Amino acid sequence: MRRSVAQAFLILSTSLPAVAQQQPIPAAPPAAAPSEDGQWTMPAKNFASTRYSELDQINTENVKNLQVAFTFSTGVNKGQESSPLVVGTTMYVLSPYPNILYALDLTQPGAPLKWQYNPKPDSAAQGVACCDVVNRGPTFANGRIYFTTLDAHVVAVNAETGEEAWKTKLGDINKGETMTMAPLAVKDKVIVGISGGEYGVRGWIQALDANSGQSVWKAYSTGPDQDVKIGPNFKPFYDSDKGKDLGVSTWPPNAWEQGGGTVWGWLSYDPDLNLVYHGTGNPGPWNPNQRPGDNKWTAGIFARDADTGEARWFYQTAPHDLHDWDNINELVLLDLEWEGRPRKVLVHPGRTGFVYVIDRTTGEVLSAKPFHALTAVTGVDLKTGRIQYNSDKEPVNNRVVRDICPTAPGSKDWNPSAFSHKTGILYIPHMNMCMDWESVEPNYIAGTPYVGAEVRMFPGPGGHMGEFSAWDIKEGKELWTINERFPLWSGAMATAGDVVFYGTMDGWFKAVHARTGEVLWQFKTSSGIIGQPTTYRGPDGKQYVAILSGVGGWAGSIVSGDLDPRDGTAALGFVNAMRDLKNVTTKGGTLYVFKLP
Amino acid sequence: MKKPIWLLPAALLLLSACEREKREFRPAQVSEETDEKIALSSLSAGPSPPSQQTTGKGKNFEENAYHISEGQKLYTWFNCNGCHSNGGGGSGPALMDDRWIYGGSIEHIVQTIREGRPNGMPSFRGKIPDDQVWQIAAYVRSMGRYTPKAASPARRDDMHPGPAEQRRPPAEMNPGGSIPSSAQMPQ
Repeated sequence: MRRSVAQAFLILSTSLPAVAQQQPIPAAPPAAAPSEDGQWTMPAKNFASTRYSELDQINTENVKNLQVAFTFSTGVNKGQESSPLVVGTTMYVLSPYPNILYALDLTQPGAPLKWQYNPKPDSAAQGVACCDVVNRGPTFANGRIYFTTLDAHVVAVNAETGEEAWKTKLGDINKGETMTMAPLAVKDKVIVGISGGEYGVRGWIQALDANSGQSVWKAYSTGPDQDVKIGPNFKPFYDSDKGKDLGVSTWPPNAWEQGGGTVWGWLSYDPDLNLVYHGTGNPGPWNPNQRPGDNKWTAGIFARDADTGEARWFYQTAPHDLHDWDNINELVLLDLEWEGRPRKVLVHPGRTGFVYVIDRTTGEVLSAKPFHALTAVTGVDLKTGRIQYNSDKEPVNNRVVRDICPTAPGSKDWNPSAFSHKTGILYIPHMNMCMDWESVEPNYIAGTPYVGAEVRMFPGPGGHMGEFSAWDIKEGKELWTINERFPLWSGAMATAGDVVFYGTMDGWFKAVHARTGEVLWQFKTSSGIIGQPTTYRGPDGKQYVAILSGVGGWAGSIVSGDLDPRDGTAALGFVNAMRDLKNVTTKGGTLYVFKLP
Repeated sequence: MKKPIWLLPAALLLLSACEREKREFRPAQVSEETDEKIALSSLSAGPSPPSQQTTGKGKNFEENAYHISEGQKLYTWFNCNGCHSNGGGGSGPALMDDRWIYGGSIEHIVQTIREGRPNGMPSFRGKIPDDQVWQIAAYVRSMGRYTPKAASPARRDDMHPGPAEQRRPPAEMNPGGSIPSSAQMPQ
């Protein structure tokens, strides 16, 4: 009795802030986030990329009873960044290179293997994968599973039988081109982008015909307007993005040809506006002194017409990027009331250290508030949209510049946050790190890295390297934060049961209270977690939670790649911070699925 | 009486320094490639060990400070550090440890640079003159200190990634070190 009173009080007190605001909670546009069907058919859950499920059987009361339902080995001991999908009564699991797709039958006890599909990618592709041989997940649409392979192919597989429908080669590993991202299926198209920002790849995004795999449109991130698909309908909000062929004129002669701006992260889609949103990666090489100018259209966000690829607006989060701040992080589409007016926005926790709230119809930045300790930047000027760099931390050739925060992987790398429609909170898994940086002159040799920087990273203020933060979008501030010893490299997932899930690099899978951040349940998996949690309703009508365990990725490559901790600059400087990881976890590749008893 | 005592260590130093600093002023032709008969396995058919015959060029290079220091420069110029960092590894394996997937002798390393390897090592044959391949391989051998202390590089001017090659403890080849890491052959 006493317990239930206490609980009632807890619920009351924690729901108070929402009541006090007296404003509607931000919500995903209904067209981009259809009502719950118990499935999880794309990594980001829906076109709005909320990673929020309406399933609520698992709640704050009973989550402590979660237990393992079944496990499955992917057979590959490399970083498992992928997301388990569920379509109907089948679960789909995609391994890192060699990118094996498994289908598991959820109707049978233990979810036995239905079939596996092996695209047999070229093993040499491993040599041009900058940061472990990861893949960020398959996607389902129209009876097919679509995914990318490390040797830059896109594959369509019959979801029922595992038969290959088509396989299209889109890149050349001899130029450093690979693919790691999860495709986005929009209407009759599959949209993908290229990886290789550390190899002088000229980035692009491309739409393929979902039926045939033929290219429908392709837009580069650098070069002449025609290649970038910039035409009369391109209306950027800020003056610095207006002008002809900026993708050429903001570079030294021909540097745009190896200019990076790769598209390897998350895409969102607004069906009402028919716009696809995507980020562009860092300019190449990392050493900024090699490329004076704003380096359009790298390190920014594009809005493009889904049918034609035509650019509508662009916003550059890091003009003349100094520190490898790719802008490929998730773009969460929300409708909210901003200063008394309803606005269609996208919310974007960036590598630069700010959570951006951007009007997704115009590209206007409404707010950019810091969520990380900053020394390299002081803020974002909302009049010009321009980030304010601290000149003390700008790289100088052959000189070590110290205490740059955030680091090369940014305040937050690829691992996506989740937005709960119920609490109105964005849950951001991120880092707390700083670095020393020395720019050196790189040589461009096709098929080899093009970086030009010596880096070593270390923990930020407080000594911990990871943070899981609940973010109030309107106020632009943290509500609560859980500190973690290692950087967070796993995605987040929110549920209507007011439970939020994420994993840590030392192997804990955690369920926390969506309103208070209290850790309600945790389970130690076989290896570190860098994957994306998903949840679904099984054929038995019960809610399940799935996660891949298996450390790796850029942060975990010290373990997955057997790197030597004596060299602090190994793995582009990440090893300096991760020396202890070898003492707490080993390689792995296991799917864990949990349920209530 | 004092003079000879003072001279003896100096002469010794000079003698050893001669080997360390020995330079070939007529390098091999750019297109030339030595023929090293080497095996990748310690196992061979029949009771005798694998048949191997090397030209001896490797020993000359890996005990020579000039070649190692040239190799250190070329290691960066040809972007080796892009994947292997300063020996700790990255997208490519570490080079300063005792694990050698394709063999750790200088001849094996030269072969690896020439031919490339199936899990991501590009082939540099015809792209780097053979003598420079040997120099890079000699420098790679110095990372784990498989080379004499006197010939190994001292601290660089760039960011300090860890103790300089010269200050690392000498290493020995480990017969168990050639196992490919578990993830490399998943199927």
